[in-house]
Amino acid sequence: MFLINCPFCGEREQSEFKAGGEAHIVRPKQPTELSDDEWAEYLFMRKNIKGIQFERWNHVHGCRKWFNMVRDTSNDQIKAVYKMGEKPPVK
Amino acid sequence: MSNNLRFKTSKFIDETYRVSFKFNNKTYFGFKGDTLASALLANGVHLVGRSFKYHRPRGIMTSGSEEPNAIIQLHDNSSRTEPNVRATEVEIYEGLVASSQNCWPSVNFDIGGINNLLSPILPAGFYYKTFMWPASFWEKYEYFIRKSAGLGKSPKVADPDIYEHKYVHCDVLVIGAGISGIMAAKMAAKNGFKTLLVDEKSYLGGSSIYDNSEFSKINNQITSSWLEKEINEISKIENLEIKTRTSVAAFHGYNFLLARENLTDHLPINQRENKVRQRLLKIRAKKVITATGSIERPLIFDNNDRPGILLSSAIKKYIDLYGVACGENNILFTNNDTAYETAISLIQRGIKINAIIDNREQIDSKILYEVEKNNIKIYKGYTVVDTYGYRRINKISIMKLSKDGQTVIGDKTKLNCDCLGVSGGWTPAVHLFTQSGGKLKFREEDQVFIPDVYPSDQISIGSCNGDFGLEEIIKNTLSSIKKFLDIDNSEYKTVETISGLNQSKRNIWLLPSDKSIGKTKSFVDYQNDATAKDIKLALREGFRSIEHVKRYTTTGMGTDQGKLGNMHALGIISETAGTKMGEHGTTTFRPPYTPLTFGTIVGRNVGEFFDIFRRTPIHDWHVANNAEFENVGQWKRAWYYPKDNENMHQAVQRESKAARDSAGILDASTLGKIDIQGTDASEFLNRVYTNAWSKLAVGKCRYGLMLNEDGMVYDDGVTTRLGENHYIMTTTTGGAANVLGKLEDYLQTEWPELDVYLSSVTDHYATISVCGPNSKKIVSKVIPDLDLSDEKFPHMSFKNAKIDNIKCRVMRISFTGEHSYEINIQANFGKSVWEKCMEAGKDFNITPYGTETMHLLRAEKGFIIVGQDTDATLTPIDLQMDWIVSKKKYDFIGKRSLYRSDTIREDRKQLVGLLTENPEEVLEEGAQIVADIKKSPIEMLGHVTSSYYSPNLKKSIALGVVKGGKNMLGQKLIIPMENKNINVTVADPVFLDKEGERLNAKL
Ligand SMILES: [Zn+2]
Repeated sequence: MFLINCPFCGEREQSEFKAGGEAHIVRPKQPTELSDDEWAEYLFMRKNIKGIQFERWNHVHGCRKWFNMVRDTSNDQIKAVYKMGEKPPVK
Repeated sequence: MSNNLRFKTSKFIDETYRVSFKFNNKTYFGFKGDTLASALLANGVHLVGRSFKYHRPRGIMTSGSEEPNAIIQLHDNSSRTEPNVRATEVEIYEGLVASSQNCWPSVNFDIGGINNLLSPILPAGFYYKTFMWPASFWEKYEYFIRKSAGLGKSPKVADPDIYEHKYVHCDVLVIGAGISGIMAAKMAAKNGFKTLLVDEKSYLGGSSIYDNSEFSKINNQITSSWLEKEINEISKIENLEIKTRTSVAAFHGYNFLLARENLTDHLPINQRENKVRQRLLKIRAKKVITATGSIERPLIFDNNDRPGILLSSAIKKYIDLYGVACGENNILFTNNDTAYETAISLIQRGIKINAIIDNREQIDSKILYEVEKNNIKIYKGYTVVDTYGYRRINKISIMKLSKDGQTVIGDKTKLNCDCLGVSGGWTPAVHLFTQSGGKLKFREEDQVFIPDVYPSDQISIGSCNGDFGLEEIIKNTLSSIKKFLDIDNSEYKTVETISGLNQSKRNIWLLPSDKSIGKTKSFVDYQNDATAKDIKLALREGFRSIEHVKRYTTTGMGTDQGKLGNMHALGIISETAGTKMGEHGTTTFRPPYTPLTFGTIVGRNVGEFFDIFRRTPIHDWHVANNAEFENVGQWKRAWYYPKDNENMHQAVQRESKAARDSAGILDASTLGKIDIQGTDASEFLNRVYTNAWSKLAVGKCRYGLMLNEDGMVYDDGVTTRLGENHYIMTTTTGGAANVLGKLEDYLQTEWPELDVYLSSVTDHYATISVCGPNSKKIVSKVIPDLDLSDEKFPHMSFKNAKIDNIKCRVMRISFTGEHSYEINIQANFGKSVWEKCMEAGKDFNITPYGTETMHLLRAEKGFIIVGQDTDATLTPIDLQMDWIVSKKKYDFIGKRSLYRSDTIREDRKQLVGLLTENPEEVLEEGAQIVADIKKSPIEMLGHVTSSYYSPNLKKSIALGVVKGGKNMLGQKLIIPMENKNINVTVADPVFLDKEGERLNAKL
């Protein structure tokens, strides 16, 4: 079970958190301008990488804040956590 | 039975404390300190069970948690019964009752033993190949297979014991209290680390604590003496906590571990009252030191499973620790030096060793010379080819190994024995290391997998790290712990060791035989009866991956997870397939390391704590007034209130009639309530609901529908504008937490620029809904100061009011189609206001109604229930709710998806009303809807989502979803049931008062 360093609260057990899928997928500002295929790309397509992945997490049983995490999915190493709107600290 | 089996020399056995216990209905005696296994062996009992598949007689094989055979049931037919317990781990106590598993009618005569004779036709994969066809016969086969398989019996009554969970935090966790674990714990604790040392045994010191031989010494002291002083010293260190009888079950990522602490299992039953039996420790350690030791390997040869065949190290432990001889005429069979340690222990007690069979030709070791000096015949370069004796071994035959070890040569010699100790070398116990995500590497020299890459801040030391010699263990433990903890002072000045053992080994995974492989039964997995022949068959049939071979042959799939034989299985696979061991990897070891009881897993979460429920502030009134309850999410909601022995149908008919004829009252406190504030609150609602919110005046309410981004209906409810920048949103009872989560998600991640704040206030208010033609009169009595005129307080509006000086919010909204009011008041006043309403409504036959009547009333009006009439595949268009989808708004969650090619299909399932041909016939919810029953296969058009008998309309009504249903108004369809077909007509989903006359009637 992970020990997650919430950017607002500090280290907490994984059981306090909820994973929210891939990060940095921006909701289109003008959905009506998009074709079915473009909208489907936003709506359904996710990378599901083996290796370094950028993901969203929510401290749902804590401060309720969403934040981003860089995680190596091949070994579950958390490389970094950072607030929403911030640039990832690692590549 | 012989009296010569107990040697009263062990300091671990209290001979003044005699303990009686029962095994298979017979009474035996042992001593305090015995395990069930040692006590049985002291009584000459080897045969303790039957094997799983062939029902072959099996005996105690080991002395620890790796035991595959001596699996027993404790206290059968009692509330404390427990199956699949290893006799080698059970500490005996007065009154213990144990019995064999997997044998019927008795261990000595077993009907399933016929399988042993049938074994030529019971090869690997037999069950797959035979019983899977025809599929419909599986049920019949299964009955017989389960009956004869028998892996213990589960208890039939509630467990009387108490269990608990505990979080533990430490700087350093040391797993295993053998030599290296004790040294590591001492070094950590003395250097200021908060340290926890755990061991699964009841004593500390591991196998060295009974190592009294002159052949291994530390600082010129006998190993056990040196170790005793160390144990004495560490027990006084303040920041070191020691837990025995504590088995680490799981090692997860980020150094999170689960361990089971056994607190009362060694006590007589009458001393266990009101004590916690087992505690699950949830350990978060900054650093983990794994010192779990190693497990001796058996040897794989024909008939290597007879009672009386034990691991050589187990024979040594039974003598040295428990003072019990496993046999009176012993033979040892080995490929390495450790069996000679057992020989020395036997010689010291004067127990006969008939011979030692050693695979090796040339051996230069001090301990071997010492054994030879005692005139014990050592057959060098020999192997055992067969064993004899049904319920106990009585003979073996041996032959010389060829130079390459692939065949046997020369003549067969038979030797008598009543006990055979086998040693195939040692396998590091890397189970926990691999559970944590660690990567192993294969060491060719001695054919072992050892830790290579650590996934977290941890280290393995001692023999679980592949260090087998005493000198190596101590030297490497000192240096690696110093480095791991980054300390200078090791606490140990100089540690000098002497060992008389040679580390050479002649490893042959499957020993050759004079018979063809097809004629042998060389067991690799004792518990699951998988043989070397089965593994070879699997390879012949095309299986290559170790994981596939494992599943096909069931090797390593027992409760012991193949702790003894997995390595041999890998070895035989790589030899047969001509591949390298290292390339195969091992199979995955999964938690728990040894089985856990359900009690330990659930801890205190039993009974009413198993799944906690939420009560409304008015709950006690419902209980006092005979309500039946329904679970909605975690809430207990009043379902209906039966009067005078009414059944549910009768109660619901009465309640719903009263609500429409005069007045009904409902506890709606469970609806989710979210308080929304901020200058952008209106804009926020515009984006999350399908309809427009900007123009909603302060003091007005509006129904809203919320979609997922894929266009499917997610939740609904009424939201009220309390002020310019202040709304209160209601959600469905079950959806409250998810809706709040979803709204927070959009707010924080997509629209952080919006000035909006959300708070859940579900528990802060009690919500009382009063409906019906007399609701106005009732509410005016409860809140006389409130002007309820249609002009001042029209439908879909809200007013602040006071009841006895307590502020409340009153909404005029309706989920029944009747004139109705919803009073929201601070939760702790909920019950008193409810009682006030009941009092005020006395003259109007005010009738409390539950969720069932609520569902009926709203169905009459064709109002949907999200989650009952919808299932995340329906858009608002599918629900014929086009009216609530704003055409003007540029965007809202889910809008773009409403005109994807899939969502605009005409033949999607759409919500319709259904009327039965016979108005008395009530449909079953979930029933399929079809048009043509002659077509094969019948095309399923949809299903019934809600169905009731309406006392107000005096007929059956139903809602359902039907493919292309929107255009089928008036069309006849069929509901095929088990023994009849019901004719229905597609109708408008609004059955009652489509014009809203009741809602707007002048009262
Ligand atoms: Zn937080």
